[in-house]
Amino acid sequence: MPMTLAEKILARASGIKEVAPGDYVTAKIDVAMAHEGAAWVIDELNKIGIDRVWDPERIVIMFDHWAPAPTELTAAMHKKIREFVKKHGIKYFYDIKKGICHQIMHELGHVRPGELIVGTDSHTTTYGAFGACGTGIGTTDMAVVWVTGELWFRVPESIKFCIVGRLPRYVMSKDVILYIAGKYGTEVAQYKSIEFDGPTIMDMSIASRMTLSNMAMEIGAKFALIAPDEKTIEYVKSKTAKPFTPLHPDPDAVYEKVYEIDVSDLEPQVAFPHSVGNVKPISKAEGIKIDQAFLGSCTNGRFEDLAVAAEILKGRKVHPDVRMIVIPASVEVYLEALKAGIIDILLRAGAVVCNPTCGPCMGTHLGLLAEGERCISSSNRNFKGRMGSPKAEIYLASPYVVAASAVTGEITDPRKLMEGEK
Amino acid sequence: MLKVRGRVWKFGDNIDTDVITPGQYLSLPMDQLKIHVLEPIRPGFINLVKPGDVIVAGRNFGCGSSREQAPRALKEVGIAAVIAESFARIFFRNAINIGLPVLACEGVSKIFDEGDVLEANFASGEIKNVTKGVTLKAKPLPPLMIEILTAGGALELLKKKYGNKTFS
Repeated sequence: MPMTLAEKILARASGIKEVAPGDYVTAKIDVAMAHEGAAWVIDELNKIGIDRVWDPERIVIMFDHWAPAPTELTAAMHKKIREFVKKHGIKYFYDIKKGICHQIMHELGHVRPGELIVGTDSHTTTYGAFGACGTGIGTTDMAVVWVTGELWFRVPESIKFCIVGRLPRYVMSKDVILYIAGKYGTEVAQYKSIEFDGPTIMDMSIASRMTLSNMAMEIGAKFALIAPDEKTIEYVKSKTAKPFTPLHPDPDAVYEKVYEIDVSDLEPQVAFPHSVGNVKPISKAEGIKIDQAFLGSCTNGRFEDLAVAAEILKGRKVHPDVRMIVIPASVEVYLEALKAGIIDILLRAGAVVCNPTCGPCMGTHLGLLAEGERCISSSNRNFKGRMGSPKAEIYLASPYVVAASAVTGEITDPRKLMEGEK
Repeated sequence: MLKVRGRVWKFGDNIDTDVITPGQYLSLPMDQLKIHVLEPIRPGFINLVKPGDVIVAGRNFGCGSSREQAPRALKEVGIAAVIAESFARIFFRNAINIGLPVLACEGVSKIFDEGDVLEANFASGEIKNVTKGVTLKAKPLPPLMIEILTAGGALELLKKKYGNKTFS
């Protein structure tokens, strides 16, 4: 029986020849990632009196949501996790100094094609960009994984998004995924595995592909896969010496639905408050005044995103009424941006550059919003109260739109700002 | 655990985990976090809800983050079950794992008004509006989830299954 990529990976991880949508399988977990959520996993284990883990080399822990700790309570969480890490000999532990989980996981060689990775974070779907089945789980599920190394899964139906056409200038993969969320709704992939395919995807950088797999969570996806190509394999091999076996979907695999999208004429997209599916083209958003512009997060805090912002901000200034907050997704990204002169440009333009962390994306620290304020953000969610006051508004867009809007103080089409001045 | 009867609180579509348990309070202990449950969209809910009440909601309930505090806080303030048109994947799984009964039932938000009395049977899938005398039939939970709920949660089940083998 032909299988999709998700089916192949779940079959391999469960040690069975073939699986079909609707089957329940118990799969062995290749890598279990936990950020500060680890503190709650430890609480669960303590509650039922377990003091052991299945494999200290397959558990990866890092601090990113509250890094460095902004409160005494989060400092205590960090302390609890550090003690656990020491006691159980967790091999891969990254304290506050490395960056956002979904960025450092692949930078540090923990994401390999064909593997099954779970994380205590919904955006674990990001690893699909490397041909790995990544999915977010809660802390109780993670406690089960830490003890047994296994977890049950329902094999999801697979759907395919085939993307064709060359992306226009100043239009990014973020615009593609926002367009999909707007057109097909935030439940189009509920419980399903997505495969992104087509020449546009293959032309994209690894970073741009990651934005798709990351935001696929916002349309309900359990996995958001891109079959590995040479680009993927070369990248992964540059990060890890561990062997891996990339898997590919069978050519005659069965998809519940195939969506074909031509992006040749796609405009920059903006998700209006308070739903990721509330998407309009930039022409319907232009002129909306903003108080804050946030560039960062696991969705769009990578080198190419910072480079895009520098392209816009070079020789320009952040509008005096706007706070622009830039958070590189990892130290590696930060260093690369420093070397390329990007941080220099951003700082001189008037942006505030913070240490690699999740920051204001989930409303924990470094730039929360007051009642009545508006933020244009390169992050992934615009839910009510997500970045502070429930009476604030969050608009989601690409790094190009975020940077252009920071300059003018209102939501701005980067094409007009850049080409209008020529 | 598999049968529930309670007063209905009604919510709309896309009730996300950030409005159930806002990120800025997430690091607080549960007794403090639960005070803010559903606060962005229903301020003061903590003072209105009574143990045994149930939530009836629209589509995509629990969308957003993987934070298990969302179902846990609902359970902590006394919510006995959530019946929605549809659920986001991770919330659904987390709810079952911590022993909060949840069931997807198409049409449920149309037959209930706030304050109605609901009866639900999670093994049979029967949802009854006692106040209005209307009944709907949902797809019951699969046996694995019934097993987890009956055990009182995934960790309790794990403990039951593995006993001292795992819990040295």
